[in-house]
Amino acid sequence: MKQNRIALVLLAAAFLIAPVGCKKKQPVAPPPPPPPAPAPAPAPAPKAATIDSFTAEPSTIVRGDTSTLRWSVSNATSVSIDNGIGTVPANGSRSVSPSDNATYRMTATGAGGDAVAAVTVYVTAPPPPPPPPPAPKASFEQRLAEVADIYFDYDKSEIREDARVTLQRDADTLKAILADFPSVVITIEGNCDERGSAEYNLGLGDRRATAAKEFLTQVGLPADRLKTISYGKEKPVCTDSNESCWQKNRHDHFAGAQ
Amino acid sequence: MKQLNLISGILLAILLAGLAAGQTQQSDIKIMLTGGAKQTIALPDFRGAGAAAPFADVFNQTVFDDIQLSGVFTMAPKSFFPLNPPQQESDLRTAPEPPSRRGAPVPTDCAGRCLSDWAAAPVSATYLGFGYLADQNGQFVALGHLYNTAVADLNGARLFRKIYNGELTADGARQVAHQYAADILAKFGMPTLAGSKIYFVSDRQAKGTKELWVMDFDGSNQKRLTSFNSISTMPAISPDGTRLAFTTFAKGQPRLMMYSTVTGRFIPFLNPQASVNGTPSFTPDGKSVLFASSADGRYTNIYMSDLDGGGLRRLTNVRAVEVEPKVNPKNGQDVLFVSGRGGPQQIYMMNLDGSEPVRLTTGEGEASNPAWNPNGQHMAFAWTRGYAPGNWNLFIMDVSSRETVQLTFGEGRNENPSWAPDGRHLAFSSNRSGKSQIFTMLADGTGVRQLTTQGSNYMPVWVK
Repeated sequence: MKQNRIALVLLAAAFLIAPVGCKKKQPVAPPPPPPPAPAPAPAPAPKAATIDSFTAEPSTIVRGDTSTLRWSVSNATSVSIDNGIGTVPANGSRSVSPSDNATYRMTATGAGGDAVAAVTVYVTAPPPPPPPPPAPKASFEQRLAEVADIYFDYDKSEIREDARVTLQRDADTLKAILADFPSVVITIEGNCDERGSAEYNLGLGDRRATAAKEFLTQVGLPADRLKTISYGKEKPVCTDSNESCWQKNRHDHFAGAQ
Repeated sequence: MKQLNLISGILLAILLAGLAAGQTQQSDIKIMLTGGAKQTIALPDFRGAGAAAPFADVFNQTVFDDIQLSGVFTMAPKSFFPLNPPQQESDLRTAPEPPSRRGAPVPTDCAGRCLSDWAAAPVSATYLGFGYLADQNGQFVALGHLYNTAVADLNGARLFRKIYNGELTADGARQVAHQYAADILAKFGMPTLAGSKIYFVSDRQAKGTKELWVMDFDGSNQKRLTSFNSISTMPAISPDGTRLAFTTFAKGQPRLMMYSTVTGRFIPFLNPQASVNGTPSFTPDGKSVLFASSADGRYTNIYMSDLDGGGLRRLTNVRAVEVEPKVNPKNGQDVLFVSGRGGPQQIYMMNLDGSEPVRLTTGEGEASNPAWNPNGQHMAFAWTRGYAPGNWNLFIMDVSSRETVQLTFGEGRNENPSWAPDGRHLAFSSNRSGKSQIFTMLADGTGVRQLTTQGSNYMPVWVK
């Protein structure tokens, strides 16, 4: 009996509403007093500024280079760095290029207090200029050209005094050449002037070359790096028939190839 | 005054006598080698018949040149010749023809048909060569004779009569002429020079190079043998003429090389390990080579080896430069060589085993280039005695007596004498005409002929 049920509900409802507006009300209890307001929190004490980090990277520079100052500051109302930098944000970095050792003092101002910190950038003198690049080394031919010929008396193969002096010098030059060019062999060429017979001069030129080789090995040059050849009178450097030309032809010459 | 004249006159006489004696000594060598006073030969022209006629001139000139070059005879001048030389034996008479007309004068000579015509002045020839030329069966034919004009009997006077054949060309005529001249010389024990050759060195191919060349004995047919484009020099020939040894810079240090004149190829020769190997020569048996080598690492001395360089043995061992060994062609034992063991270069002689070295030259000046005469008794060489160093002259020495005779006297530098196969001629180099050239001459210093003209030419070696 659905209809019955609905009627009941309507009736209940009516009962509820009716009393409100119709009857003399009993007084409603006053709302309870609001709970007492909590005591107000005391105003917090202001925080001091903190320099969390203040570094110079790198700490040592060569004059002319730059270093980077980095910092991180908390609770600061203003941050400044001396030594020409001035006010800076709380976090940041700045490149500096002092010409001499420089100390940078940071002051962080905060409501609760200031903080200071300092870093020093050390400056070293620049290194001296590097040595100039080495001059290009003289070629083998240029070095060999410094080895002077030696000269002999007529029909002789003895090393005479002036030749001895030249050979001493030549020995030093040759030692350096042999060291710098490890595969080279020096050939000592013996020569004669035009007057003796071609056949005898072949032997005399050989003796002149051998005499120079004997001298050089005695002062320490390795024998297996020295070769001799006689040209007799087959390769004159001049052909006049006078002593000046003849002397030029009575000579040992130093040759070689890389 | 008179006394002074007398004394100086006597002194002069003594001086002249002394000079004459020295002169005789010197000229003994020349006489030995070149036969001294020569006999005269007359060579009237051969006339040519038929197709041989065009070649008569070349035939006659060749015969004349060959005979004159030999130096065996004095050549009778053609302008003296009788008008009617004989052409064949049947032309010869022993007495003048009687006149055909009775009463006409008897001729005093045979107008050339008697040997006496040639023996008498002005011809004054001891020997007469005559004949004629003709063509037969397309060949050049020569009928040649040689007679002794001093012998009255015609059969006894005849030295030879011979027929020669050759090509009917100028060359054929030349060949025939050479044969006829050779037969004449052979009668006097003289090998002809025709056909002999001279090896030599020349720089004419390229500047700064020397190559080996060969030519005929008279300078014709000059041919280059090597092409190393380097310096190749100091040739020597084996006795049989088949091997040419020389010194070359073609591979760097001077070393020996062997070349076959027969095949034109190089024959392997193992050089000793040395900075110089040079101045080779052959033993007379042709089986060994002598040369100079610095194999000991110190001085160039004399060594000997087999033909391929094996069997190396050392002949001299001194602290001096020694070069140019030459073995006596007659006894195969004596070795001439050049040495500085006493100071300036001189000529020495030793045995083939290196024993008994002795100096031959006096020690004056400098001596070089010894060359044995085929007779094994004389040597030709170059010497500066009497001149400044470098001024070489040619000399001949009698090796046993050590006497010398001078052949050149400062006409430039005269070097490298080489004997002809006949032992009477020398080839040599001389710069008397400017550059060094090859010359030949008779061993008495006469008859000098220049054989080369191009470039500079050196070191002749005369072979059969």
